[in-house]
Amino acid sequence: MTGYLVRRFLQAVLVTVIVSIIVFLLLHALPGGLVRAQLGPRATQAEVHNLQVQEGLTKPIPVQYLIWAWHALQGNLGYSYKMNQSVGSLLARFLPRTLLLVGSAMVLAVAIAIPMGLWQGKRRNRIDDHVLTGTMMALYSMPSFLLGVVLIVLLNLDIRLFPSTAQNFGTSVPVDIADLVLPVLTLCLGNVTYFSRYMRSATIDNLLEDYVRAAYAKGASSNRVLFHHVLRNSLTSTVTLLGLTLPYVLSGSLIIEALFDFPGAGLLFWNAAQTRDYPILLGVVLVVTVATIIGNFAADLAYSVLDPRVRYT
Amino acid sequence: MSETLPPPPLSGSGEPLLPDHSPPAGESNATAVAAPATSTAPAAEGVSQAGEMRPMTPPLRLALSTFAENKLAVASAVVLLLIVAFCFAGPLIYHTNQTASSLITANLPPRAQFPLGTTPNGRDELGRLMVGGQSTLEVGFAVAIFATAFGLVWGLVAGYFGGFADAVLMRIVDAMLSIPFLFFVVLLASLITPNLILIILVITSVSWLSTARLVRGEALSLRTRDYVHAAEAFGARPPRILFRHITPNLLGVVVVNGTLKVADSILLFASIGYLGLSVPPPATSWGVILTAGINNLFDGYWWQLWPAGFLIVITVLAFAVLGDGLRDVVERRLQKR
Repeated sequence: MTGYLVRRFLQAVLVTVIVSIIVFLLLHALPGGLVRAQLGPRATQAEVHNLQVQEGLTKPIPVQYLIWAWHALQGNLGYSYKMNQSVGSLLARFLPRTLLLVGSAMVLAVAIAIPMGLWQGKRRNRIDDHVLTGTMMALYSMPSFLLGVVLIVLLNLDIRLFPSTAQNFGTSVPVDIADLVLPVLTLCLGNVTYFSRYMRSATIDNLLEDYVRAAYAKGASSNRVLFHHVLRNSLTSTVTLLGLTLPYVLSGSLIIEALFDFPGAGLLFWNAAQTRDYPILLGVVLVVTVATIIGNFAADLAYSVLDPRVRYT
Repeated sequence: MSETLPPPPLSGSGEPLLPDHSPPAGESNATAVAAPATSTAPAAEGVSQAGEMRPMTPPLRLALSTFAENKLAVASAVVLLLIVAFCFAGPLIYHTNQTASSLITANLPPRAQFPLGTTPNGRDELGRLMVGGQSTLEVGFAVAIFATAFGLVWGLVAGYFGGFADAVLMRIVDAMLSIPFLFFVVLLASLITPNLILIILVITSVSWLSTARLVRGEALSLRTRDYVHAAEAFGARPPRILFRHITPNLLGVVVVNGTLKVADSILLFASIGYLGLSVPPPATSWGVILTAGINNLFDGYWWQLWPAGFLIVITVLAFAVLGDGLRDVVERRLQKR
């Protein structure tokens, strides 16, 4: 188990390094460049050159990368001239909100999808299975912003239950909770589809396994077989899926935050993109990616706890 | 477990063909693929052998009849043909001016002159949907084709050669999969003037990853088959083995994946349209039309919102159901092997 964890951890570190190089190169390969974006189109050649020297942009690219990476390791992600704050302090304010949004949506999605997938697997090809599958297919076919709009129309315009923008997020706890409802629901419903689909087919597969027959032969009740034996074995694949969908959910949060004006890292990034605030763009992409990699790593850890076959090899 | 199961019913026997309709003693979709794959491994070309033992339906007719059994899949194929006709043949019959904008006719509700009202720029909404559908379908198909081709080669190489090549190629895939894609799209949208080709490339750059994973897994198991060993013994070079011997055997899986990929690409194209990356005007996409509708949501301009939303949902749904139907065909074919 320790060997597996060490290998898995080194792999996560390697992926982080690769991603950081990709991010760094992408931003430096882009037309216009960092200095032009900061000084504007009318800056003279000398001004551009001065700032390039000052920012260390005349050094060779690998050296620049190492300097940037060294600073990033120390938590120094640069300074946003447009927001007049360090990227680190901006992220400290905005990222927890995004994590709250994404976390609640994932927990809710799993809480819905696991019982639903078990139920559908148990009642395969009955009418209720078909109805649920149809509903899930319809949800899958909607782009998340359309789903969000449908929820706004139903829960905001029609019955005025929840606010359709989260502009006031962060003022007080009741306001925050009300503000979170629609964004979390939108993000959650978009992901229930994937999880429940996996859970359903895992349940179907597991119900055909020998250990289920053995459990029945021992006289275990149908419910015990389902919740005690099948659930644990079906959970493993869902946990892996959870790690794999994390980048998609984070991507989704970008759209959801833009749609609901939710002041998280996504909206920060979105606004930074409009003003070409490179330090923020670079910092957010890096931090969000590292969060994804940590999430994947955590999913693998959970997987090894749930599935003894991983633990002992 | 798989060896003890009864052979799947033949198509002519009057038994239902779809795995979904088979009696409870039958096998689930997942095992249906695995079972014949292991049990017929020694028979190099199982199809011809089985043909000597029992009457065979010709493969194409079998495929068509399996597909025809799935009423939903047939219906979705019809729907897709209608949508393609709507987008590409529609403008030939229904003439509208989609280049000039006119503020006098902006945001008009449906009426005789404009059956679906007008856009915020005063263009005919119905004609706009046709134009938007063109780019949407083009992106969907192009991405599916490119991503499948690229992912196929990548996955084949990784799976067939294994070892170091596999490790390097798949770590690259892992790294790219853990990048939250839409963040890069937003970045790009703020930096460059996009066009159709570029958008296709951007979506392909993320779409091929899952195909590569899928193909690699298949190639990993297919390379141990006897017919591959036989080809190697005859001195066939890797390209020939990969494309003449292994590829035909995973083509079915790849085609199903490609169909679902069209659906995913259309969704992704709509999403990045919302984030500001789309084809330059006067061309448009359903995602952009929908976004305009969302911006006017609180004005009650429903005709700018629901028709575009409906078209996206119905197209994505149709491709997803079609992919499901094709999967039945492929699994049926695998069972015969």
